Amino acid sequence: MQRFILKNKNSIALIGGILIAIGFLSKWTIDNRLVLTWSLITASILGVAPIAIQAYQALRVKVVSIDVLVTVAVTGAFIIRNYEESAIVTFLFLFGAYLEQRTLNKTRSAIKELTEMAPESALKQMEDGEFTEVDVDEVDAGDILLVKTGAKVPVDGTVINGEGSVNEASITGESIPVAKEKGSKVFAGTILDNGTIQIVAERVGEDTTFGRIIELVEEAQDSKSEAERFIDRFSKYYTPAVLVLSFVVWLFSRNVELAVTILVLGCPGALVIGVPVSHVAGIGNGARNGVLLKGSEVISDFSRLDTMVFDKTGTLTAGNPSVAEKEYYGDDIDKALVYLASVERESDHPLAKAVLEDIGEMPFLPVENTEVVKGEGIVASVGGHRVAVGNAALMERERVTLDEKMKSDIDRFEKKGNSLVLTAVDGELKVLMGVRDQIRPGVEADLLKLKKLGVRNLVMLSGDNQGTVDAVSRELGLTEARGNMLPQDKSAYIRRLIEEEGQIVAFVGDGVNDSPSLALANIGIAMGGGTDVAIETSDVVLMNSDFSRLPHALGLTKATARNMKQNIFIAVGVVLLLLASLLFSEWMNMSIGMLVHEGSILAVILNGMRLLRYRLR
Amino acid sequence: MKGVINMKSATIQLETLTCPSCMQKIEGALKALDGVDKDTVKVSFNSSKAKLDFDAAKVSIEKIEDAIKRLGYEVIKSRVK
Repeated sequence: MQRFILKNKNSIALIGGILIAIGFLSKWTIDNRLVLTWSLITASILGVAPIAIQAYQALRVKVVSIDVLVTVAVTGAFIIRNYEESAIVTFLFLFGAYLEQRTLNKTRSAIKELTEMAPESALKQMEDGEFTEVDVDEVDAGDILLVKTGAKVPVDGTVINGEGSVNEASITGESIPVAKEKGSKVFAGTILDNGTIQIVAERVGEDTTFGRIIELVEEAQDSKSEAERFIDRFSKYYTPAVLVLSFVVWLFSRNVELAVTILVLGCPGALVIGVPVSHVAGIGNGARNGVLLKGSEVISDFSRLDTMVFDKTGTLTAGNPSVAEKEYYGDDIDKALVYLASVERESDHPLAKAVLEDIGEMPFLPVENTEVVKGEGIVASVGGHRVAVGNAALMERERVTLDEKMKSDIDRFEKKGNSLVLTAVDGELKVLMGVRDQIRPGVEADLLKLKKLGVRNLVMLSGDNQGTVDAVSRELGLTEARGNMLPQDKSAYIRRLIEEEGQIVAFVGDGVNDSPSLALANIGIAMGGGTDVAIETSDVVLMNSDFSRLPHALGLTKATARNMKQNIFIAVGVVLLLLASLLFSEWMNMSIGMLVHEGSILAVILNGMRLLRYRLR
Repeated sequence: MKGVINMKSATIQLETLTCPSCMQKIEGALKALDGVDKDTVKVSFNSSKAKLDFDAAKVSIEKIEDAIKRLGYEVIKSRVK
């Protein structure tokens, strides 16, 4: 019976509403008081049933819930024969609860979309070699699974057979097909767009990257900030206090009407729900946009950020050197490039790789008499020519004469932080290349956005030499840049900012060798494409290592923090307003109180929902 | 304490929770069950999940689910490890 009533709460609200409408219609049209009274009585009794059951259940576990307040209030109104109030209040309360559930589901929808991407079944190879569909819980590490076109990859594993392309949006937030073949890693929750693959399971269930992301997001949305814990403690004593207050008022004034109105006005609805709602919508927006925010403390810290510290390599720069600038001198450049490529092809120097990538496909010539000059470069003969490839010191050794333009080019390249690769053919300089770790495309614009969002200092720390670091810093317009920093120097620097200067500091790194700094900073931001260390030690994860998500992340936390404050303001403001109007005006009664109360709950939920659509302009 | 102790942990997916006091109710009901480790009971509001450790020798997952259902909340799915 209890369960039946609770299940049909929404229908009861509907019937209550209809009864109230019939009652008032009959009063206005045919002036029938009897119908009005009886329909209101029926609506009251029907409506209070589910509320009273919930109140009873709450009291059994020693919780004075809102249901308790409302039940007492409605009973009070009923006893003094104010059926109009008792019917309308129960209806509003039930109808409000229905709207709350609908809208709350919306605010949680972003995270729900994520969890619904979790794989549920898998095609597992049984002992007889055939593949049978099983629940994903029955898959263990080491099992061999078949994934067909259009299906979800059920676990983290390695492809052992077949090929195809996979949409990894659930892990990276980027809906771009990624080619997979034998030996490739695949991740649970990603979708095989075409092809058929067999994989061997390595990590299953909650241990998969996807499982951990879900767990993190779920923990994050339910993690509580200091403010929320305060509100929780507060509401625990608040509702019993309202009950006592109303009783005391009744005792002294013997005014039941006033006492029950206090009960309704005292309901703490918007206050307890306002902050979690902004929070869950903010985290949901992030999850949808490739930004994992781990909890509400992170949101509050991040939104008040003073300084953002970046690791250079792999964060601001691409992480692998490439040819950034080049100059050609004289004729026969094509031939010179062929010689250069032929020589570099035999070298395993990191610069050689960058040079070859830049030249592209070339016919190679046989290389003879190769002589490696340590710290300077290579000299060899190619097609009867003496070819020297190396730095300025090698050119001097080879007695290559440099004219004014060449000298100024070299100077300019060096100032920009390039490593130089010079190529001389038969003692004449032909090609000058500047190789460096280039800045990721778009980083400059993103840093500008961060500045606009109010980050005061943008600092870069790097293990590279100061010259290279200065060059990058100038190009990006950073406030400070320090080179020759070991991982412990970086964390010491961050510690100094936090402890001595009292700043709120975020550190952005790739999570591989920066874990101390990630952990130490107020907000550790990992650019890890779902790597374990990055996910574990950081407070914010930018999925798919996408730097351009950073301004969105900062803007979002600021918007979320603002939204929470608005909600607290609405909630507290409404309670104060109601109490004031109860004391100083005539028009306040139970029904209006309940209407305003439910209205304020919906207002904070709708306000929170705006965060789902937040976009950085 | 007598007999064998067989600790298991359960994750129970509930219907969407709408009021923060629902959490307190469910937590209270779960803690009141004999065999449930009180310190591990955690009901989360936004993900609408209950997590707890329990002694399978004393209480079954069905009994735990039933305690929640008696409060009028639907149990959608539960997992025991």
